[in-house]
Amino acid sequence: MRGSEHWIHMEFFIQQLINGITLGGVYALIALGYTMVYGIIQLINFAHGEFFAAGGYMGVILISWLASQGLHPYACLALALALSMGYCALLAMAVERLAYKPLREASRLAVLLSALGMSIFLQNGLMLTQGVYDKGYPTEITSGGFEWGLVSVSYMQIFIVGLTATLLVGLNILVFKTRIGRAMRATSQDKVMSALVGINSNRIISITFAIGAGLAAAAGIMVGLYYGSVNYSMGFVPGIKAFAAAVLGGIGNITGALIGGLIIGMVEIFAAGYISGEYKDVFAFIILIGVLYFRPSGIMGENIDDTRV
Amino acid sequence: MTTQESKKLWLSCGVGLIWFLIILWPLLGITPEGLEFGKTFKVFGYVAVGVVILMLFYQVQQAGKLNFVGTPLKATSVGIGKIYEITPRWILLGIVLALAIAFPLVTGRYAHDVSISVLIYICLGLGLNIVVGLAGLLDLGYIAFYGVGAYTYALMSLHFGLSFWLCLPIAGVTAAIAGCIIGYPTLRMRGDYLAIVTLGFGEIVRLILNNWMGLTNGPNGIMGILRPEIFGFQLNKLWMLYYVILGIAVFTILAVYRLNFSRIGRAWEAIREDETAAELMGVNTFLLKLLAYAMGATFAGFAGAFFAARMRFVGPESFSFLESAMVLAMVVLGGMGSIPGVILGVLALVALPEVFREFELYRMLVFGGVMTLMMLIRPAGIWPAKRVGRRSEEAD
Amino acid sequence: MADNITPILELKNVVSAYGRIKALKGISLKVFPGEIVTIIGANGAGKSTTLMTICNIITAVEGDILYKGERINNIASDILPSMGLCQVPEGRRIFPRLTVMENLDMGAFFRKDAADIKHDLERVFELFPKLRERRKQLGGTLSGGEQQMLAMGRALMSSPKVLLLDEPSMGLAPLLVKQIFDIIRMINSQGVTVVLVEQNANLALQCAQRGYVLETGTVVMEDEADKLLTNPDIRKAYLGE
Repeated sequence: MRGSEHWIHMEFFIQQLINGITLGGVYALIALGYTMVYGIIQLINFAHGEFFAAGGYMGVILISWLASQGLHPYACLALALALSMGYCALLAMAVERLAYKPLREASRLAVLLSALGMSIFLQNGLMLTQGVYDKGYPTEITSGGFEWGLVSVSYMQIFIVGLTATLLVGLNILVFKTRIGRAMRATSQDKVMSALVGINSNRIISITFAIGAGLAAAAGIMVGLYYGSVNYSMGFVPGIKAFAAAVLGGIGNITGALIGGLIIGMVEIFAAGYISGEYKDVFAFIILIGVLYFRPSGIMGENIDDTRV
Repeated sequence: MTTQESKKLWLSCGVGLIWFLIILWPLLGITPEGLEFGKTFKVFGYVAVGVVILMLFYQVQQAGKLNFVGTPLKATSVGIGKIYEITPRWILLGIVLALAIAFPLVTGRYAHDVSISVLIYICLGLGLNIVVGLAGLLDLGYIAFYGVGAYTYALMSLHFGLSFWLCLPIAGVTAAIAGCIIGYPTLRMRGDYLAIVTLGFGEIVRLILNNWMGLTNGPNGIMGILRPEIFGFQLNKLWMLYYVILGIAVFTILAVYRLNFSRIGRAWEAIREDETAAELMGVNTFLLKLLAYAMGATFAGFAGAFFAARMRFVGPESFSFLESAMVLAMVVLGGMGSIPGVILGVLALVALPEVFREFELYRMLVFGGVMTLMMLIRPAGIWPAKRVGRRSEEAD
Repeated sequence: MADNITPILELKNVVSAYGRIKALKGISLKVFPGEIVTIIGANGAGKSTTLMTICNIITAVEGDILYKGERINNIASDILPSMGLCQVPEGRRIFPRLTVMENLDMGAFFRKDAADIKHDLERVFELFPKLRERRKQLGGTLSGGEQQMLAMGRALMSSPKVLLLDEPSMGLAPLLVKQIFDIIRMINSQGVTVVLVEQNANLALQCAQRGYVLETGTVVMEDEADKLLTNPDIRKAYLGE
């Protein structure tokens, strides 16, 4: 009997592990946006969580519409994903141009507050256009899954992990292998010098915002699919957790954001499973505070020491 | 303005409107029933007309066509400024105080209600002003101290039946202790990390209030809190409470004013302007930053205790991040470090929206937009403090 | 130089300022194609500011900056490299977390001609064989001298017409300094016009054809380099005699 009990524990653990990876991947995708933007202009982009929420909404809007046009569900999902990412990229570029670019020379507090204002503005804009109630995702697209005893892996989780991995690989290639990626890294290291070799740093910053928001939009759709609904205020808490992930991994560090995201996701799931579901959000904040207190450069070391111009 | 400049301005305005349309339409126009354009273009039309009118106004003003309005206005404001300069300060303050005292006698219940929240926010704004405006520490979890103060009075009143007047200082002290607890680990951090950590702390406090059923009764909140009493006489009319909070607010203003121009106030400002230099000059930056947290928290604690007494109910949702952002916006909008500025900021964000009650729904939208806009056009606030410079670390 | 040749780079009464403080109070200078011109002066005389103003990192408040006879005051910094105007700024400013190879690639950022870029890369590696050895290393891990070579190599990757060099000798051992100056001459002999800003007036004047002396934001003297070298005032003020 004890043996089977042991198995139940084991299976519970494995289940939590799988859920943790799923959630962690989502956090990692959001964290990348924070980390890239911080790396390049040293700004905590408070509005980033809103890009995530907007992506979730765009996803459900487009999936419903495309489905009503008689498209195959998978095609709907793929198309909605691509379009929402594009939409949020445009949104982020607009926000950057309007609220951050004029403040390049201003104090950091001013930019931070501008970002906070934009976050509140976008959140309420979303509320006014989409309503205060949760909007349900069509879940039948990704229903079903595998089961081994008590452990179950839904197709949705496989989809989320797979897509996250694909996006991360894509991002890595973009940042480390392409011309644009080189320019992004150069700009984050030295803006004046980048200009002197012919990089238009404003354009690079704009592209960085667009990429970050695109990833956040993908995360928004995943969360919508995973939990079955989206809400206008959904950007706030995951936003802070993702920021915690970015800080944990060392802000400005792309690999760090991935690892940080996974850790935060794991901690949240395990804390909810083993300690207390009500306080699951607290743990992410405690990690954030602990990391900043004991090791502000994050576990991977941050990449911003000499980015100041 | 040259025609080229104005052409450029109109062009960027046009491009901006097109972007706005691109971003707006998918949110409003795509429905499972089909694509819709009417609603989007209605909203877009309003915004576009508004923007064009503003632009025209700006151009006309730039061209000097509005001088016949502007010049007399300017003359009046200069005149008022002069009168303000020559009138002794105490007469002005006396007039303001007299107006504040006479206010409830000539107004109704609704006005009392609004003015009470204005005064609460003045206390909060001035408290936060110590932390953000004077010491230069961006605190995004300030509302937690307000919550601590409110729950302190609520619990003391409920379990021990202690009077409001006894609990007021206790609430201040508990809030100050909370301030130190939160302040201590955050003080080593640099500016923007501090912001996010205080935000995290604020959320932790809210989550605890929300989930600790045994102590706080969770999301249901605590009801039946006693109103303040004077010599056994319960202050159960709104105008009586108005005078209580007026007293607290006046006390706060005086205290902050004294602090502002004291040795400690100067040290805080030194820390804000250049922490390293301040430290080298012998300022104990660590202790003073902690003190800034504690002092700021104390005033929030007072305001919180009053809030609990006034509502006779406390619940965790009164202490959300949005409230912190509101208070911060008041401080920033009015002018960081400036007492009249903060008061103006509170009036602008609490009293003004009451005037536009019908647009309640758009309140937060406008509020967010105004916050960004202020940073773009007037980052020092409506009534800037006299002694503010740029932090040396940002000047590079 | 004869006056009938148009200067490739010319500053006419250029004023620039940090906030309210004027750093350049009306500087005029001419650089003719194919020469090495040096700007010498004490710390804070405005030498680096002059170069930064030419590249529009600091915008000129007054005056004209002409490049090939065209006014470039309003051309954004990031366009200038593609016009052939390239700067190696003070402190070298290589990208510390890009590899040597990536740093060199950044120099050719705006160029699309793969074959020519490859050719220029070979030329850079010939000039600085050390860089070939270290091409996979991060820029930040190089020694000071190597960083200077990398910075110059990166600038050459843009195949500049005019190369602005700011204090190439700063913080380097004497032997390395000599090597760097040899390379500057070599680059110049390949047809690149060089504007050389230096604290080390002696070396700079030996290397250059003409020189300008800057003092608190104004040109106080301009002459041929060997004349400046023998000028007793200059010798006293800048050559430590």
